[in-house]
Amino acid sequence: MTTPQQDHLGSSGDPRKRFDVMEALRRNVVPLLFTVLCVVGAYYSGLTLPFLINEIIVRMARNSFLVISLIIPILAGMGLNFGIVLGAMAGQFAFIATANWEIGGFVGLILTVILSIPLAILFGWLTGKLFNNSKGKEMITGIILGFFANGVYQFICLYILGNFIPIRVASMLIPGGIGLRNTIDLKQIHYALDNIWKISISFGSGVPVTIPVVTLLVIVALCVGMVLLFKTKLGQDFRAVGQNRHIAEVAGIPVDRVRVLAIIFSTVLAALGQIIFLQNLGNMNTYGSHVQVGTFAVAAILIGGASVSKATIGQALMGILLFHTLFIVSPLAGKNLLGNVQVGEFFRVFVAYGVIGVALALHAWQGVRRKKGGA
Amino acid sequence: MLLNALPSPEGGESFGDRLGAAVRDFGIPRIIILGFLGVLLATAVSLRLPMGQLFGNILTRFGMNGILVLAMIPSIQSGTGPNFALPLGVTCGIVASTLSIELDLRGFTAFFFAVGVAIPLGAISGYLYGVFQNKVKGQELTVGTYFGFSVVSLMCIFWTVVPYKSPEMIWPYGGSGLRVTITLTNRFAQVLDGFMSFKIGTMTVPTGLLLFFGMFCALLALFLRSKTGVAMMMVGSNPRYAESAGLNVDKYRIIGSVVSQALGAVGIIVYAQSFGFIQLYLAPLFMAFFAVASVLIGGASLRRATVWHVLIGTFLFQAILVVSMPVANKVVADNLAEVIRIIVSNGIILYALTRKEAGVDVR
Repeated sequence: MTTPQQDHLGSSGDPRKRFDVMEALRRNVVPLLFTVLCVVGAYYSGLTLPFLINEIIVRMARNSFLVISLIIPILAGMGLNFGIVLGAMAGQFAFIATANWEIGGFVGLILTVILSIPLAILFGWLTGKLFNNSKGKEMITGIILGFFANGVYQFICLYILGNFIPIRVASMLIPGGIGLRNTIDLKQIHYALDNIWKISISFGSGVPVTIPVVTLLVIVALCVGMVLLFKTKLGQDFRAVGQNRHIAEVAGIPVDRVRVLAIIFSTVLAALGQIIFLQNLGNMNTYGSHVQVGTFAVAAILIGGASVSKATIGQALMGILLFHTLFIVSPLAGKNLLGNVQVGEFFRVFVAYGVIGVALALHAWQGVRRKKGGA
Repeated sequence: MLLNALPSPEGGESFGDRLGAAVRDFGIPRIIILGFLGVLLATAVSLRLPMGQLFGNILTRFGMNGILVLAMIPSIQSGTGPNFALPLGVTCGIVASTLSIELDLRGFTAFFFAVGVAIPLGAISGYLYGVFQNKVKGQELTVGTYFGFSVVSLMCIFWTVVPYKSPEMIWPYGGSGLRVTITLTNRFAQVLDGFMSFKIGTMTVPTGLLLFFGMFCALLALFLRSKTGVAMMMVGSNPRYAESAGLNVDKYRIIGSVVSQALGAVGIIVYAQSFGFIQLYLAPLFMAFFAVASVLIGGASLRRATVWHVLIGTFLFQAILVVSMPVANKVVADNLAEVIRIIVSNGIILYALTRKEAGVDVR
């Protein structure tokens, strides 16, 4: 087990200044490439700028939490936490409860948050335990765990809810049967956070740009919180474990416990993220809303320039910006460039999977090279 | 990593210890799965479901999925773990099948043409993937999963722009690209299943299908016993030792990948002929997972798999799927079978991943 960090230390100590431009380019090649793709796509999509900005703000507000939730496990050396799907499920279970009690508005939202946290802690604890049993294979375990948990989730939503756990609101159930419907209306909670304070800025004749101030403030608070967390003892422990598990162990850090804590943090943030996401959407696809959460969040943070072992808040935010811009423009750009909407849509699916594949391959490749160099 | 390779101190075990070890070796999940199948079968009998028909279905699905599961053996044996990049080979098989329809072939000609094209295509893609895989040692599972996903989504674009003309494959009223499912009724649907098939009571035995699957099992078993196969196994079980014995580790890992992807390509054609349809676009996305789950249910680990593991695992997994469907329909009247499939298949993969000895040597 070598540490991923050695490489970075080695390359930054290079005294030759001339290579720094190339080095900076090389390091940021992924975000730069996607910036170019986004600009070209935006140009050919024919969308107006205010519309585009509006969409981007909406999606930034929706997705930031989910993507930022990936940072702690990355720094703790556990790779990309595909297990955040479980966090999203915790959020959805909480939503099912509040929708069942028909508690809406800001109170409903707060109650959802309060309900989701213990669930997310439980799921995170279980996930962390599982990851400790599969050290070095956390990512594939996380992917499969997501699928497995989805099966259990479907089982609960289809056969336990409405059967063993009564559901009061008849419209949530499949007509004439048991189990939850495909979509659950969350209109009582729709925009509960976004609508507290909204600012509209109008640009001439176009659509005015709307900014959900409170949601963005919450995200800023999270970012500040993350920065502060990494200044605490626990935050330093995360880093130490991420840099070298064995040295951390020798230094007296309870490695396994720190790793479980990292996953718990990540899962709770993902649960909150899913709640923010769904309050903006206004309805929940019971069996679908959570499935792609892991893939999309991971793709976003990688596009922002993060790697399997290094990530910053800036990269997370940049990644959301680029990934979702691409998401908005690619169907229309595909239509205008190739005369086919479908190609654009398939292209963005390919980008999501391809980016993850390439990032993982690069990480593994660097690992193999480092080992050969070190031996 | 090194500590795992050291032999653990043994000897002086009581019978209870050995029994415990045997149970642990067989695996609690497998015991649960066997028990579950027993309960399902008992329920099916007590519900008076047509057992003959059910067993016929199990046999068909066993032969239909078998070769896809066989594809896991070469990759596991060569030390790259279960082949999560199987959609690559599957895609090659689908391309070959669509080509046979485009050329307007029918019956056995169409089937064997497809197989004949699929094997080299799968082998070439397997070679390329093998070269790539050697650069990402230690992360084959994760990289393979997303590589497979990428290939499938990239092929989606291919299916929308491919200039095929056959009216059976393109949309009837214009629009670009191929249909989502292509019917094989007039092409090579059930050519193997129907070959020399006979009935025992209400149970139909798909002789041709089973023979074809059996042939591949035998060929693979022979290959594994050949010099190349043994060398491949050595590379897989202990790369360092194999290297010091003068074996080219990278070469044998590539051979494993080639055979695996070629089997995947043939496997999907056999699957399609039995199923009666070719499914395009996102359909192959999760193909790898059920194949991985099947071989693991059969008793394989991430480092060791035999033809027997494939036979047992495929049979058990397909039996659960076939029997759970009518039972679930009678008892709860819903798609519980699908949920069971997800839980069982991913549960067994999770179990294999968390086994201590299962770590693929990173070197």
